[in-house]
Amino acid sequence: MSILELSALELGKKIRKKEISAVEAAEAVLKQIKEKEPVIHAYVTVDEEGALKRAEKVQAMIEDGTLANPLAGVPVAVKDNLCTKGLLTTCSSHILYNFVPAYTAQAVENLERAGAVIIGKTNMDEFAMGSTTETSAFGVTRNPWNPDHVPGGSSGGSCAAVAADECFYALGSDTGGSIRQPSSFCGVTGIKPTYGTVSRYGLIAYGSSLDQIGPIGKNVSDCAAVLETIASYDKKDSTSVPRKDLHFTEALADDVKGMKIGIPRDYLGEGLDEEVKAAVLKAAKVLEEKGAIVEEFDLSLTEYAIPAYYVIASAEASSNLSRFDGVKYGLRAKEYEGLHQMYKRSRSEGFGPEVKRRIMLGSFVLSSGYYDAYYLKALRTKALIKQAFDKAFQQYDVILGPAAPSTAPRLGESLGDPLKMYLGDIYTVSVNLAGLPAMTVPCGRDSKGLPIGLQLMGDCFEEKKIIRAAYAWEQTGEGR
Amino acid sequence: MSRQYETVIGLEVHVELATKTKIFCGCSTEFGGEPNTHTCPVCTGMPGSLPVLNKQVVEYALAVGLAANCEINQYCKFDRKNYFYPDNPQNYQISQLYLPICHDGWVEIETGAGKKRIGIHEIHMEEDAGKLIHDEWEDCSLVDYNRSGVPLIEIVSEPDMRNAEEVIAYLDKLRMMIQYLGASDCKLQEGSMRADVNLSVREVGSDAFGTRTEMKNLNSFKAIARAIEGERKRQIERIEEGKKVIQETRRWDDNKESSYAMRSKEDAQDYRYFPDPDLMPVVISHEWIERVRSRQPELQPEKMERYEKEFQIPEYDAKILTSSKHMADVFEETAALCGRPKEASNWLMVETMRLLKEKEQDPEDIAFSPENLAKLIRLVDKGTINRTVAKTVFEEIFIHDVDPEQYVEEKGLRMVSDEGALQKTIEEIIAANPQSVEDYRSGKEKAMGYLVGQTMRAMKGKADPGLVNKIVKELLTKQ
Repeated sequence: MSILELSALELGKKIRKKEISAVEAAEAVLKQIKEKEPVIHAYVTVDEEGALKRAEKVQAMIEDGTLANPLAGVPVAVKDNLCTKGLLTTCSSHILYNFVPAYTAQAVENLERAGAVIIGKTNMDEFAMGSTTETSAFGVTRNPWNPDHVPGGSSGGSCAAVAADECFYALGSDTGGSIRQPSSFCGVTGIKPTYGTVSRYGLIAYGSSLDQIGPIGKNVSDCAAVLETIASYDKKDSTSVPRKDLHFTEALADDVKGMKIGIPRDYLGEGLDEEVKAAVLKAAKVLEEKGAIVEEFDLSLTEYAIPAYYVIASAEASSNLSRFDGVKYGLRAKEYEGLHQMYKRSRSEGFGPEVKRRIMLGSFVLSSGYYDAYYLKALRTKALIKQAFDKAFQQYDVILGPAAPSTAPRLGESLGDPLKMYLGDIYTVSVNLAGLPAMTVPCGRDSKGLPIGLQLMGDCFEEKKIIRAAYAWEQTGEGR
Repeated sequence: MSRQYETVIGLEVHVELATKTKIFCGCSTEFGGEPNTHTCPVCTGMPGSLPVLNKQVVEYALAVGLAANCEINQYCKFDRKNYFYPDNPQNYQISQLYLPICHDGWVEIETGAGKKRIGIHEIHMEEDAGKLIHDEWEDCSLVDYNRSGVPLIEIVSEPDMRNAEEVIAYLDKLRMMIQYLGASDCKLQEGSMRADVNLSVREVGSDAFGTRTEMKNLNSFKAIARAIEGERKRQIERIEEGKKVIQETRRWDDNKESSYAMRSKEDAQDYRYFPDPDLMPVVISHEWIERVRSRQPELQPEKMERYEKEFQIPEYDAKILTSSKHMADVFEETAALCGRPKEASNWLMVETMRLLKEKEQDPEDIAFSPENLAKLIRLVDKGTINRTVAKTVFEEIFIHDVDPEQYVEEKGLRMVSDEGALQKTIEEIIAANPQSVEDYRSGKEKAMGYLVGQTMRAMKGKADPGLVNKIVKELLTKQ
């Protein structure tokens, strides 16, 4: 059996048992990267030298007994919007083509403390804006299941890297589905935790009130273990929530007896691919057979989630991205006269069309005279959506549905019609607006052989419930 | 000029708070320091960094709000003010627009025309920007982010002031109040207190406001008074000429004593304010407010009243002494140490004020220790030195904070009360000034003063003046 076939936890165990060394694991991954990258292009930066050095150091710490974490020595890929000290961090944007952070994101630091070996930084939609990883300034990432298709986005590089065995697990970020949708397209597992669970310190912001960092892995157990490691209360992030119970791996039990699962009828209507629908309903049926109580219900307000999401996320992005101006770091236009031309040229050259579109949209909805009609209305809609979920979670432990309306589209199919691309986020954005935890697990493949993802959503701070449901489903082996 | 005009003035006052660390990070707020040394990822706007509110800022803002009789927004929020400028590393300033911490208060001022209340529209918390340095020689601009993120409160008054005197009284009131609270040192010259003046004119009797302008770059009370007068005249002239006053921001040039337009309302930016998603709303409980209230120190009006009652100090003197928290502290400590409050008051009111004026300093600059002033007062009391000598010793205390006991010994300034020694000196002086003796005897009393003065001079000022008087008189009448 090849090292690459192991899950993160399995590899960690073998490293602790000294059956495999951390260096061997890193070397195996680096070799795989060399083979796969010419086609897949999951990485913006592969830190071969750093990874090997780090693996040696971790190995020494394992040997002298100072490191015994389940993930110690396991190679990880980090999305390129998470700051890594001394390692290029670009957000897949030309404007940050040369940006080397002076500090490391808290979530990454938590991983490093657990002995993780960072292999490199993964490709993404520029500033996490997009659903295909095609808006990256450094080239597209291809879907490992079929290179003619996109991996999804924005954490497409992270999901493709996991699917192509170019790492054992990865970190992604999810503002409107950016972990769950590409996980679905790439046939991997990903969790978007409750807002405030993982510190955002060091995550280059897109939509601050919606962004969460989460794990992407080969299975539910790996994701639970990684989430357990990266989650922490962080005083450097004012939106961080002190949580008592972060022992997510305790929820890995094959038992859904009596669990109440609701399927929103709104998530099964027009626009949903029939094959995806059938796969999702089949998974629900299987869970029912395992003892869960499954029923359909009306969630309501689903059609308002996308406009509310794009208004709020773009508004925040327009302000968050204003710091990229050519003054302090990143790209500065070569030729300019005076300050304003430097701003204009640096930003015009530095940002891609999708980012510009959202900055303009966001600036518009915040401008005087439009603030109430768009931004405030979107905030009110957000509150109503949260209420609808609150009501649903009085009835159900878990809400089940598809992660995306279809399987991965072909490369080049989506960007021509941004509005249509935005509508593809219909099943994921509500979760971010309501701050809920949700995850994607594979649930079979369509007739083209592309993976389908099952989405499980929980009430705030109820990650354990969705992890348990996902684990029970995974144990049936029908998702592969 | 046939028509009568009234000036309407409102103020926006920025005050740098005296916190040790910045408003959203742990960096030092200390003034000075090599450029960009009091900085971190947060206050330089590095990607991925996040702000965390310094609670002390809220406490100071609350303290000022309570002292200014404000209502407190117990649920207040921070908003982003978006604009591009390199002194602002994020290209947005974290401020408060929609729900500022304090609103609807007032302070009482006193001018020659009597007492008056000035309304406080709101007080909000915000972060300061960095400092741009334009290097003309190299033709480039440099930015120092040491000041970026230093906490500020902005106190916005109602348009309740009508002349420069009221404006100065209001600013003085705020300065005193905030210094007493310990929330800021409020130094206009150093920029820890900055005032923008909104001014319009209208015909007397009119209810509607005229078009206002905003004046910036006012670095002293004098500059503010001059700018108000200049702008008032400028606006009236325009109106008299049939022109309109344009709503604009103007920059005052105190050297030229004139202002020029920086930007008009048409160029006004849309700041696209919205609630900062990186910061949680600030929830201020009743208990928190009461805790701050219970810790409020004695403010100037109460202190002044207490001085009058407790120390029997005249109202005028009590007002001067309490006009600076620092001076009041020096006074109270001195009084407590020597048990002579009136003496302590006199030394501050007369000699200290004289020396401050001479050296163009403010009461805040008093650098001597109350211990040394108290010792000086005791030396005079005990008759160790006379008042004339005491004044020269005090100058040494004022400048070098010398220990007066030591200084008197070292310089041999003890008062000479030895009658025999004095008698001998005076006899010599009388012998040397026969004309004065004759004058005195022919009824010119003044002549005695001359002889006393000559004696004091001969004794290098150290003689006991009472004793000298007595002996001179005795000798003159004896012969």
